[in-house]
Amino acid sequence: MRAEPLELSLYGRDAGVDVGEAAAVCFPATADQVIQAVRVAARHDRAFVARGSGTGLAGGATPVGRPLVIVTTHLNQVLEVDQDQRLAWVEPGVFNLDLSRAVQHLGLHYAPDPSSQQACTIGGNVATNAGGPHCLAYGVTAAHVLALDVVLADGSVAHLGGVEPDQPGYDLRGCFVGSEGTMGLATRIAVRLTPNPPAVRTLLLDFTSIEDAAATVSGVIAAGVVPAALEMMDAEITRAVEDFVGAGYPRDAAAVLLVELDGLEHGVEAQVEAVRTVGLEHRARTVRVAADESERALLWKGRKSAFGAIARIAPDYYLHDAVVPRTRLVDVLRQVYAIAAEQRLTMMNVFHAGDGNLHPLIVFDAREPGIWTRVHAAGDAILQACVDAGGVLSGEHGIGLEKREAMPMVFDAADLDAQARLRDAFDPSGRANPDKILPRGSRCGELAVVPEGAWI
Amino acid sequence: MDLDLLAAEREVAAAVAAADVVDPVGSRIHREVGGPPPVGTEVRAPAGVVAYDPAELTVTVGAGTTVGELTAVLGEAGQECALDPRDPSSTIGGTLACGLSGWRRLRYGPLRDRVLEVRFANADGQLVRGGGPTVKNVTGYDMPRLLVGSLGTLGVLTRVILRCQPRPPEVRWGRTDEPPDAVRARCFRPSAVLWDGVTTSVLLEGHPDDVEQQRGEAGVEPLEAPPRLPDGEHRGRASVPPAQIGALGRALGALGNVRWLAESGVGTVHIACDEEGGLAAARRVAESTGGWLLREAGAPGLDGFGVGLPNAQLMTRIKHGFDPRGKFAPGRLPFALDAREAAST
Ligand SMILES: Cc1cc2nc3c(=O)[nH]c(=O)nc-3n(C[C@H](O)[C@H](O)[C@@H](O)COP(=O)(O)OP(=O)(O)OC[C@H]3O[C@@H](n4cnc5c(N)ncnc54)[C@H](O)[C@@H]3O)c2cc1C
Ligand SMILES: Cc1cc2nc3c(=O)[nH]c(=O)nc-3n(C[C@H](O)[C@H](O)[C@H](O)COP(=O)(O)OP(=O)(O)OC[C@H]3O[C@@H](n4cnc5c(N)ncnc54)[C@H](O)[C@@H]3O)c2cc1C
Repeated sequence: MRAEPLELSLYGRDAGVDVGEAAAVCFPATADQVIQAVRVAARHDRAFVARGSGTGLAGGATPVGRPLVIVTTHLNQVLEVDQDQRLAWVEPGVFNLDLSRAVQHLGLHYAPDPSSQQACTIGGNVATNAGGPHCLAYGVTAAHVLALDVVLADGSVAHLGGVEPDQPGYDLRGCFVGSEGTMGLATRIAVRLTPNPPAVRTLLLDFTSIEDAAATVSGVIAAGVVPAALEMMDAEITRAVEDFVGAGYPRDAAAVLLVELDGLEHGVEAQVEAVRTVGLEHRARTVRVAADESERALLWKGRKSAFGAIARIAPDYYLHDAVVPRTRLVDVLRQVYAIAAEQRLTMMNVFHAGDGNLHPLIVFDAREPGIWTRVHAAGDAILQACVDAGGVLSGEHGIGLEKREAMPMVFDAADLDAQARLRDAFDPSGRANPDKILPRGSRCGELAVVPEGAWI
Repeated sequence: MDLDLLAAEREVAAAVAAADVVDPVGSRIHREVGGPPPVGTEVRAPAGVVAYDPAELTVTVGAGTTVGELTAVLGEAGQECALDPRDPSSTIGGTLACGLSGWRRLRYGPLRDRVLEVRFANADGQLVRGGGPTVKNVTGYDMPRLLVGSLGTLGVLTRVILRCQPRPPEVRWGRTDEPPDAVRARCFRPSAVLWDGVTTSVLLEGHPDDVEQQRGEAGVEPLEAPPRLPDGEHRGRASVPPAQIGALGRALGALGNVRWLAESGVGTVHIACDEEGGLAAARRVAESTGGWLLREAGAPGLDGFGVGLPNAQLMTRIKHGFDPRGKFAPGRLPFALDAREAAST
């Protein structure tokens, strides 16, 4: 347990922009210690917040109202790997990439692969229902979590889900995944492991117009091909990445698509040809198929270095995360660029195109006076454009603190009330990561006005 | 067309609001699931496929649409939704409410992974929406998963958005006498590996040349028709840790009077027998391997689930939160009856 000023400020925020204040920080090394910590918090009627690596971008782990921050990084053991049944039991603080490394020698991997996978924890992934490039074909975290041990806000433990396929009653495991720490703290997680595919091909297609690239995305899916990954980068980010890592991306492209196909040999070859055909129909300048593993790794290195590349352009960035129906990509991207121009901001786009999951990235220098106003205005306008196109507020980073006031853009009062009731069932005390996801006033009949002197 | 669906959904909501006890029904194929059918106002979801764009890989349907109708519509575009109930006249709402996944689960995952958005009529007669129309979404709590498997105890599903997928070009069954685990290890992503204690049946899907090659490598002979699920007056479905399938199979074999078919790698075992006592014995075996058995048909003396609901307190709180007066399907799940009793005293 720590309460030194340095620690408190270190754990006062995550990788997002919202800043809060912790009362104390603790680093349990066993599930029992987590239970003790939660009970101490309960005894003092104090809230608690679970925190993995703090790579969340929506302020999910940001402490609000001086709670106890419970950091899971010491709960970092892979407890059990069952090769035959292809599952592993892990502690929540295991890093995503470390889990795949731990089972690599068995020809298995953990499929959800957020771009932050070197640093983020499985617990954080579960809580945010994280996704990644390969979730297009393999599904997001929710499809890979079998069972969980969860410490509820009163200090009791619930076992949700199971390694057997069905449990009677409600799917509580399904409710917990993506609940951003507001239903309790996961201390042990059973995840599904995925066999490595026998054949993998990675393609880079480059275009002179972003419209053609986006149309190719829909065209590929309509042609009956669901790639393992289908990522898009626009001109600005492609150039930045190429300057940074030299992955061989064309520096003059208006957009590039990174497409990965995997499975069995014949099917993969047929899909390579299908993607090539669709790409050329949409005026792809070149369709490059990585010749070997090292070229493949280099193409991916480009995509995964995007955030590092940005750091060299401007000191700060604001990463958005919204989803639109895939067929509206072109239209919404056009609006995103218009919004950037209007607010005089540099906007880059690197995103999971196959899912329609946009990540408009605003790069700026926070020291510039008045810049935050413009950044926020652009962010709000982008969200509105995505929602107007039939999209949602977040595809993988979650709502957290950042977007909770935007929830009424997509849900009406009855919808929010139902969500509040679900949360209350898990945590009637409201002490598990309060004030996240749901805006105040979500419960029907609840005071929509924040009383004078409230800490918010 | 969409507006018509909304109007129909509002009618459902109004019927729910006016009723004292609501009995959500689909095609009435599984009326006795979880408990005796409630005596109350029958409420049906509207039917119809209202929005479908193949390039989006999603489809919007009224929850009263039958699986057969959906399959036909998607089939025209060369797509499918892996909902595989035994009877295509099942409704989407009924299938989701029962929450049981078909036998291609080994490859495509459980039913709940296919539901993107739901709309349901709540106890106050309001329409409530959860989830979202896009394939990726973490905007709020995952309401669709809460509703899948809820057996009509939380509300009446009126509209659903499902994820679909391209139909594989080749779909082939094969058989072998090798044990299922060995077959599973030799195939890449088989859609189903079924085992009855003697024969292993394998479903392979994908590019025709890959299917052929896999069949060779796994040493399976062609099988014209899929294996039949065991039939009998008394039927149940065991759910056990997948590692226990072998042990469960041996123990069921020793019982002598039950027929069974196991989904290897999944942990589901379909069981049928002619005497009621057989199902009870099978249940004891399933429980001894760390699982449980759901009564599907017959065996009137047998409790529906046979086990206490895990996390009953949590589930009861959810039920109370959504349906404080115990209006929806009282008796369907153990606490659903309690809710009504509590409300009436
Ligand atoms: C114990 C059990 C055994 C099963 N056995 C089989 C089997 O042997 N073969 C097979 O093909 N399938 C089986 N299933 C799956 C199920 O039969 C199908 O999904 C299908 O029968 C349900 O469709 P229906 O439209 O006939 O629903 P119904 O039989 O009318 O209703 C089934 C359940 O769903 C609820 N429900 C129906 N519509 C809605 C709605 N709109 N909103 C909310 N709740 C609703 C009902 O209240 C009831 O609890 C089984 C399911 C269970 C739970
Ligand atoms: C450069 C960069 C790239 C990223 N790329 C992706 C991406 O591709 N896909 C993606 O999905 N995300 C991405 N993210 C976001 C982030 O990495 C994910 O949300 C990740 O899942 C957070 O994990 P964490 O361990 O850092 O959790 P934290 O940030 O510490 O916490 C996130 C949330 O989870 C809760 N939580 C943490 N541990 C537990 C637990 N054990 N039990 C209950 N609740 C818990 C917290 O309370 C909080 O609400 C990216 C972030 C960065 C900075």
